[in-house]
Amino acid sequence: MSHPLLAEQFISRRDRAAWHDRSLWFVREKRDRQANDVPEWEELRKFASDIKQHTMSRLPNYLEEFERNAKALGVHVHWAVDGDEHNGIVHSILERHGVKRLVKSKSMLTEECHLNPFLEDRGITVIDTDLGERIVQLRNEPPSHIVLPAIHIRKEEVGACFHEHLGTEQGASDPKYLTEAARHHLREQFLAADAGITGVNFAIAETGGFVVCTNEGNADLGVSLPKLHIACMGIEKLVPRSKDLGVFLRLLARSATGQPITTYTSHFHGPRDGCELHVVLVDNGRSQLLQSPEFRRSLNCIRCGACMNTCPVFRRTGGHSYESTVPGPIGSILAPFRDPDQHTSLPFACSLCGSCTDVCPVKIDLHHQLFAMRSRLDHQQKLGGTKKLTMQLASSVLRHTWFYRLAGRVARYSLRWLPRFLIYNPLNGWGRQRELPSAPEQSFRRMYEDRQRKERP
Amino acid sequence: MNVALFIPCYVDQFYPQVGMATVEVLEHFGVKHSFPVEQTCCGQPMANSGYTEQARPLAEKYVDVFDGYDYIVAPSGSCVAMVRHHYSPFFDSNNARASTVRERTMELSEFLVNVLNISCIHGRFAHKVGIHQSCHGLRELRLSPSSESCTERADLLTSLLETLDGISFSTLQRPDECCGFGGTFAVTEEAVSCMMGEDRIHDHLQAETEILTAGDMSCLMHLEGIIRRQQLPIRVMHFAELIAEAIQSVVPVETANKRNHR
Repeated sequence: MSHPLLAEQFISRRDRAAWHDRSLWFVREKRDRQANDVPEWEELRKFASDIKQHTMSRLPNYLEEFERNAKALGVHVHWAVDGDEHNGIVHSILERHGVKRLVKSKSMLTEECHLNPFLEDRGITVIDTDLGERIVQLRNEPPSHIVLPAIHIRKEEVGACFHEHLGTEQGASDPKYLTEAARHHLREQFLAADAGITGVNFAIAETGGFVVCTNEGNADLGVSLPKLHIACMGIEKLVPRSKDLGVFLRLLARSATGQPITTYTSHFHGPRDGCELHVVLVDNGRSQLLQSPEFRRSLNCIRCGACMNTCPVFRRTGGHSYESTVPGPIGSILAPFRDPDQHTSLPFACSLCGSCTDVCPVKIDLHHQLFAMRSRLDHQQKLGGTKKLTMQLASSVLRHTWFYRLAGRVARYSLRWLPRFLIYNPLNGWGRQRELPSAPEQSFRRMYEDRQRKERP
Repeated sequence: MNVALFIPCYVDQFYPQVGMATVEVLEHFGVKHSFPVEQTCCGQPMANSGYTEQARPLAEKYVDVFDGYDYIVAPSGSCVAMVRHHYSPFFDSNNARASTVRERTMELSEFLVNVLNISCIHGRFAHKVGIHQSCHGLRELRLSPSSESCTERADLLTSLLETLDGISFSTLQRPDECCGFGGTFAVTEEAVSCMMGEDRIHDHLQAETEILTAGDMSCLMHLEGIIRRQQLPIRVMHFAELIAEAIQSVVPVETANKRNHR
């Protein structure tokens, strides 16, 4: 289904859409307060953008440096060209260790590769340990937001879900009670797990280490109990030096949730004694993006979700209306770049307001890329239908001043004299909830002409 | 100074009073102007829909029509942003003629403040005014500070309007959220577009806005469409109309009479 249809469905439950909008606006406002508290905020954004741009300009070198240093720390490094290869690699590691139960902290990459169903089909139980992710996992649906995966679910619905799956009291919806129940449930999962998977927020080329940011400490617990830790990362997650973290960590949590820093910022440099640590580096279309001068800046993304929280469309239509692992403004670039047939409507799910560009901590010119993506889709012959015909017609009319004047006169005359039911017909999308402008008798150019004539008789 | 009026096509056809108000404001500040009659549309509807090739001839026409003027002034941030920021696919960067026309294209408040250096308007407008920050003026042309950004910027329109006698401003809960117009977005994403518009209007209602003003008639066309359908007590005016009315109210009596008898 296309975004407009799913958006309309979401909005048809108006109170819920308004509630969703308010929840995310609250996060956006928290972000504003945090950003305003940092006097050098705009400089930090510039630094972050420059560091990322530099890194991307010599990504192969930094990836090799990372691999070298990680191996020296005793990390097993794997390379995957796409999601299938990634899933195969993870599965083979798990198989070798005879893993039956797996705990996973939040990783959008494994969502992108659809790792969970792949492993479950092969008899491995996967438990997402981030609270929001666990909720959507129990409800058997994908996350709707990359940082706040269950933001679309109300606490009463969480209560019902936990009652069904975790045996909490029927009708209970107190967040503290439900969180406590989830903690107990997850604690058992951590203790029973044979292996832990995490994502990666930043990998450091000069050390071979990486950093995982969470608020719940679930990544730490998930990899500290079992003897096997697999970290999965997209190849764009690299920063050159440790000290670059000083820039990105200050930006990430402030942009994401309006916190000065995530509760846990865990650094991993090699395996613990007697344990194994694997890193899987995944391309999955990223090199193609890197080769595109128009869109490569999208690789700077640090997945903070700020563009989603600020996007007036996302807030009112929910993440699921994008049908893409990464939704919102950044997802509306990444998804149609990779699969233009599947995600044609996404770059148009945007009023080009530009708010995303101004919140982005790494200064991706998101709304300009969305604008450019529309043109790319046309060049790829993915757009068509009545809109294209209308625009072709409009363009031919507007090329000739006389034609434009005639069309304007006809339009004004029709608006003035046609009966209302003909104007507000079912095909008139504008008029469903809005009035059309009341057409004046004369155009500006006529009035201007008259005025000039009177002034200089 | 040789100033050309660039009146966006939909303003020409549906909001001629906004164009005329622009003329009055410019004349009030002694600007000589002309209206190149060959102009039609900047091509934004096509470009925003992805049809770059359909926009190209209109961009070329725009440059042809407005070549040779000192300034090209438009009562629209959005169309100006199109010309200044989105014409690159159509013209070589070393095309001096196109570059000059693009650079000289200015939004009305920008022209008043940055070119004419106007810091005060003699006029009276005793109403509570709610300013809608049109996104392209705000985040493309940077005509005022955006709430996301920590970079300090001047607020051109407010700086002009706040010098009017009797004016007061409403305090919005979301000072610069998009109204949901977005060109063809208003129709292709009708549901979310209208919800955004309603949310903006409700913000102005809670702030007791009497007059809702903006630099872009397109945003106001969308908002007014909802206001009229729901019969809400807010009047919509482009800021050029607002300034023209404010100036009118303090024009000396003899001049006003002369004008009326013309």
